[in-house]
Amino acid sequence: MKRVFSDRKTIIILLAPALLTYTLAMLVPMVWSLGYTFFDGSLIRGFTYTGLSNFTAVFHDRKAGQAILFTVKYAVTITVGQVLLGYLLALLYVFYLKRASSIIRTLTFFPVVLPTVAVSLLFSKLFEIAPTVGPVNSLLQALGIHAMNWFGSGSNAFIVIAAMDIWRSMGFYGVLLYAGLVDIPDDVIESARLDGASGWRLARNIVLPLSWPVVVSAVIFSINGTLKVFDSIYALTGGGPGQQTTPLTLYMYQTSFAYGKYGYGSTIALTLTIMCLLVTLVIFRSSRKDLTA
Amino acid sequence: MQHLTFSHVRLVAVGASVALALSLAACSSGGSPTTTTSAPTTTQFAFLGLNENTTVKDVLTSLQSGACASTVANYPLNASAYAQAQYDQQLQLLAGQNALPNLLVGPNAPALAVELNTAGDLVDFKQALSDVGSPNALLPAAASVVQSLYDGNLIGLPNEFNIEGVWYNKKILSDNNITAPTTWDQFTQANATLLAAGVQPWSVAGKGGDGWNVTRLVGNYIFRSLGPDAMDKVAAGTAKLTDAAYVAGADAVSAWGKAGYFGTAPTSIDYATAMNTFLTGQAAFYYMGSWALGDFNNTDENQIGADNIGFLPFPDVTGGTGSHDQIPANAGMPLMMSKAAYGPGSQAWLKCIADNYGYTSLSEKGVISGFAVNQTISNLPALTQQVQQIMASAPSSVLWFEAKFSAEATTTSQNDAGPLAEGTMSGADFMAAVQADLG
Repeated sequence: MKRVFSDRKTIIILLAPALLTYTLAMLVPMVWSLGYTFFDGSLIRGFTYTGLSNFTAVFHDRKAGQAILFTVKYAVTITVGQVLLGYLLALLYVFYLKRASSIIRTLTFFPVVLPTVAVSLLFSKLFEIAPTVGPVNSLLQALGIHAMNWFGSGSNAFIVIAAMDIWRSMGFYGVLLYAGLVDIPDDVIESARLDGASGWRLARNIVLPLSWPVVVSAVIFSINGTLKVFDSIYALTGGGPGQQTTPLTLYMYQTSFAYGKYGYGSTIALTLTIMCLLVTLVIFRSSRKDLTA
Repeated sequence: MQHLTFSHVRLVAVGASVALALSLAACSSGGSPTTTTSAPTTTQFAFLGLNENTTVKDVLTSLQSGACASTVANYPLNASAYAQAQYDQQLQLLAGQNALPNLLVGPNAPALAVELNTAGDLVDFKQALSDVGSPNALLPAAASVVQSLYDGNLIGLPNEFNIEGVWYNKKILSDNNITAPTTWDQFTQANATLLAAGVQPWSVAGKGGDGWNVTRLVGNYIFRSLGPDAMDKVAAGTAKLTDAAYVAGADAVSAWGKAGYFGTAPTSIDYATAMNTFLTGQAAFYYMGSWALGDFNNTDENQIGADNIGFLPFPDVTGGTGSHDQIPANAGMPLMMSKAAYGPGSQAWLKCIADNYGYTSLSEKGVISGFAVNQTISNLPALTQQVQQIMASAPSSVLWFEAKFSAEATTTSQNDAGPLAEGTMSGADFMAAVQADLG
């Protein structure tokens, strides 16, 4: 076996199919898309080289600015929500429910496996005001509060989006972080307890530092996923009302495929890629500082 | 494990190449023209339509087995369909590969059709209809609508010909002692009376892209106040939507929204719900095109009765230069033909469509098209006959608000229509957002 893997041709033969597939399916479209950022035009008119004009246009595009702000607001809110609630769930599983946690883990994980469109439909009906009044507004009315048009303004719609996506994903982060917490040796927890640490102090000084690497991984995982949100918002609000809940991905999709501006759409995609890269780098650097502090 | 030699590698590479070549050969179907070994030679006539609207396909299928059975026998219909939301994108891809089908439903965005025509992809029917011996196949009014939509070129066949206006529930108006209003001010008064009586005055849709019926109100107000060429001036750049006279149109609609005339939450109402609200007697007025006659004449859907529905032209605006007899009209999404695929098959089908589509569409599907109807049809519903009379007597027509907008400006306009109808967006903000996309 060692002889086989030391042979260059064998390595090429074994790697080539996967490498070729990856190159054709991923790298070529990415480079192609990068090339589009310097062009303007359509499949019908053809493309003309426009230099950096697509990049300067991003800075002057009101809608792109609005979409970037919404994307950042969404990513921060949902990441904090799903990682924090996920972490609380994980603490619940490990320290309170212990062996009895499997049923709760299953129940909270259940929304993760539901199709996004189904969840979006469920929430649109829950928060509906017209033509029929949904359960949430019925509850508000029962409490003597006016029913609200949750999808009539960007701020109200954002609350529904946040509630939906946090509910949908916190079970997943609960399981992810649970895997990190069960790795903490029991004797460390036990000795901390013998030293008088309990409750918040135990969590703050012992559990959190020891589970920090998995928390950082969860945050990176979450923020990159949320920066690229598309399907749940597309299905729930379609980016509306107006453009008020349009993330960058949806704006990129509209620009490229509805408006036929492939060059500008590629530039927006590149902007999103750079955002993801920067956020990941910032998290990595800050987490490294914390660990060495 | 045996050491692999270079000859083995070469053998694998050759094998893979052969397999790839064979699979590619197997995958290539050869496109739409297919020939058989036995005479006569048949060439498929490819048609691309919409998943959401099967009327064209149904009419073409009926023509193939009926009126045109002998003339298109050698060019069997090969129909396919695509989702309307991604339809324009699909057309761009096909045009980019020079693979447009023989016949296609035109794009959602008129600007894309103009682009296709500029690139030389579409057949000009002015010449083509003469060539097949049917120069008078289209109603002049319908041909005029198509031409005004596509920069004066007759590149579409009007498989629909619609007028738009305000449909109203006669019983609700009479119950509230309201005479059918004819001016915007009278409508405002009627709205206030109805709302005070606990009746929702208008049924509108403002959810996502369904907000076009709200922007129709804005556009028509502008046509009535500034004249039928008002939007042409915007397209030509000699006027802007942010000009005070144009903003007044959006403000008037926003004011109705703020007053609650469009119901509790127009941003939550989609097309089907708005239609249902009107047809179940929950609203007095409904702005819609005559393509909805199928729904109005459907007794399962229409619970207020077809006899109970009246039609009003869009009202006059006091002091305006436009007039209520300039009826908003459109040709739906006209049929187009690929110039690259134009040949004997397309010509045979064009002749068939030109001479028979109008009658078959109206008699079998109840859809009024822009083709001349070559036979008398009895037993047409009264509402359909009324619309036909209005079409025949209308001296001129106007297009709609977004008719000459880019796809981007159209999306912004129709997406922002919901907040406008809800009164949460001012007319000035609405117009500024759309104008920004127009440049």
